[in-house]
Amino acid sequence: MKRVLDSLNEGFHRVMKERPEVVVIGQDILDPYGGAFKVTRGLSTDYPERVITSPISEAGITGVGIGLALQKFRPVVEVMFGDFTTLIVDQLINHGTKIYAMYGQRVPLPLTVRTPMGARRGYGPTHSQSLERLFMGVPGLNVVAVSPLVDPGELLTQVILSDGPSLFVENKTLYSHPLWSEESSIQGMKVTRSEDTFPSCTLSYGEEPDVTLVTYGGMTPICLKAAARLREEEELICDVVILHEISPFKVDAIGASLRKSRRMVVAEEGTYSWGWGAEVIARLSEYRFDAPPVRVAAREVPIPAARSMEDEVLPQVRDVVAAAIQTVDSDLR
Amino acid sequence: MLSQIETDFRDMLLIRRTEELILQLFTEGKVSGTTHTCIGQEANAIALISQLDPAIDFVMSNHRCHGHYLSFGCSLEGLLGEIMGRANGICGGRGGSQHLKSGNFFSNGVLGGGAAIACGLALGEKLKKQNGIAVWCLSDGALGEGVVYESLNMAALWNLPILFFVENNLYAQSTPIALGVAGSVVDRAKPFGIHADEIDTTDVEQLRPWCSEMIEYVRTNRKPAWAVVDTYRLAAHSKGDDNRPEEELARHREHDPLYLLRRRVSDACIENAEKWVEDVLAKAAEAAENSPASTMDGELS
Ligand SMILES: Cc1ncc(C[n+]2csc(CCOP(=O)(O)OP(=O)(O)O)c2C)c(N)n1
Ligand SMILES: [Mg+2]
Repeated sequence: MKRVLDSLNEGFHRVMKERPEVVVIGQDILDPYGGAFKVTRGLSTDYPERVITSPISEAGITGVGIGLALQKFRPVVEVMFGDFTTLIVDQLINHGTKIYAMYGQRVPLPLTVRTPMGARRGYGPTHSQSLERLFMGVPGLNVVAVSPLVDPGELLTQVILSDGPSLFVENKTLYSHPLWSEESSIQGMKVTRSEDTFPSCTLSYGEEPDVTLVTYGGMTPICLKAAARLREEEELICDVVILHEISPFKVDAIGASLRKSRRMVVAEEGTYSWGWGAEVIARLSEYRFDAPPVRVAAREVPIPAARSMEDEVLPQVRDVVAAAIQTVDSDLR
Repeated sequence: MLSQIETDFRDMLLIRRTEELILQLFTEGKVSGTTHTCIGQEANAIALISQLDPAIDFVMSNHRCHGHYLSFGCSLEGLLGEIMGRANGICGGRGGSQHLKSGNFFSNGVLGGGAAIACGLALGEKLKKQNGIAVWCLSDGALGEGVVYESLNMAALWNLPILFFVENNLYAQSTPIALGVAGSVVDRAKPFGIHADEIDTTDVEQLRPWCSEMIEYVRTNRKPAWAVVDTYRLAAHSKGDDNRPEEELARHREHDPLYLLRRRVSDACIENAEKWVEDVLAKAAEAAENSPASTMDGELS
């Protein structure tokens, strides 16, 4: 059974084989170790000249990536844990995206920063966050997140081949998740993938939906479980819309489902306030709703290390279920 | 044919007069925003940057970038247009005084970050097995930024052809070096195993051979170097913000790089240079005046 991790690793190997301008920089990425989460495994053996192990200098290597991009390489910088992207904010916001767009003509800047985000593994407060929203809404920066529904290796390739700076988010829990990119139906739901470079996916039972669940990344399996439970236990039919390009994002797939359901739940693993969900709701506010949309997100505390508390803090299946019920209840109220 | 000293005099004069004009435009309220002139530091730009090869080398400059830009052979018209917010600006008016790009020349007003990007440019040269070098321009204030030390480490680890060009003018905005920089400026690079040298002069005739050596060191050895020039800015940090004691300024005016050369070249040379600069500048200013205000049209909108 192929997992998300395998797909990422294979995609990486493929793109490095096909594109000699791809260069990888990161900490501890050399074989036999092959990277903290093994996404880069084997690359340094096959392409020793183009895989550079670096000191623990996140800002430094992101800047190096920008310089390499200006030299017409396609650098991929690995930040070992997404929590450490705080250290590259200046490079992405004041340098990378500015070089891309402030000099009067487009300066191609094909930089990819890859990083694992997310919790549910007991790594504690500084190794579990979903900080991608710090980078959402930054003009010129693409934020793309992996899900099992679209070939992650192909998604990574498309990001590497794009001409602007990108943050590529890999939720840690997905690494071992089975790949669903070839399936046309999952858990009884039909999968429709848009034709975009970074597709939106709509999962549907083929019945008129009561609620549209919108999500990305690591919340994908959780929302699917919630949809199944809502159908079995509450007789509520959900569509699940999963985005991969999360900033900027297209509303089309969400809107198409919402036109039928008129109710929406937006789920993300990051914290609640000022989150991705807030922007999704704002962007869709011109649609007609039968009930106020509801956000599901993490509680606003440092993510605890103890699994029991981690579970309390992070959004769970039951939270998505409750949110969906809330949209229906407030509807009836 | 002008001799080296005559060319240097003329080119420094062009930088000086250009920046005086820029300051005047601000005073007259014709342009807005901010600017940082290198008045008093022109010899550094001429001695170092003009010895690079714009076809193969890269310059990553900072907020005080006009001298570097002009010394790299970039367009004067484009600079004035840029600062005046005109369509003919080198960046179409998007960048302004401290965000310039022309060919392999880049500048950015955010301190520090360019160090790592210059390392990336140098790494690119290395991976492509090319001959170019990257120069990162900084002054004493940027030494406070952590990424500088990450960059020194990477430059040394990976043998990058990068020249760290430190124009130590003893101040960061209003902060004298004694309040901002601990220890020695030149010694900072040494524990990384990076070749470091310092020169204390504003005399372009002394700077030129020294800069040439530093450039050649990087180019031939394909290794980083840390080149510290002790200098002084004779004008305000940006437009009118200057709290330095008048006696101190007066003392440094005696080392004004243009003043030093005026005593060495002929009257005819001075006259010709003044005339040439006036013409070139008038034409560039006119071109900018005649260019329409920049708009948000185009591919970046
Ligand atoms: C990261 C950052 N912090 C603060 C500033 C504001 N600032 C602009 S120039 C300057 C002083 C810089 O001093 P120095 O590096 O010595 O350069 P000099 O002005 O002497 O050429 C400051 C504080 C900035 N541009 N970037
Ligand atoms: Mg200074």
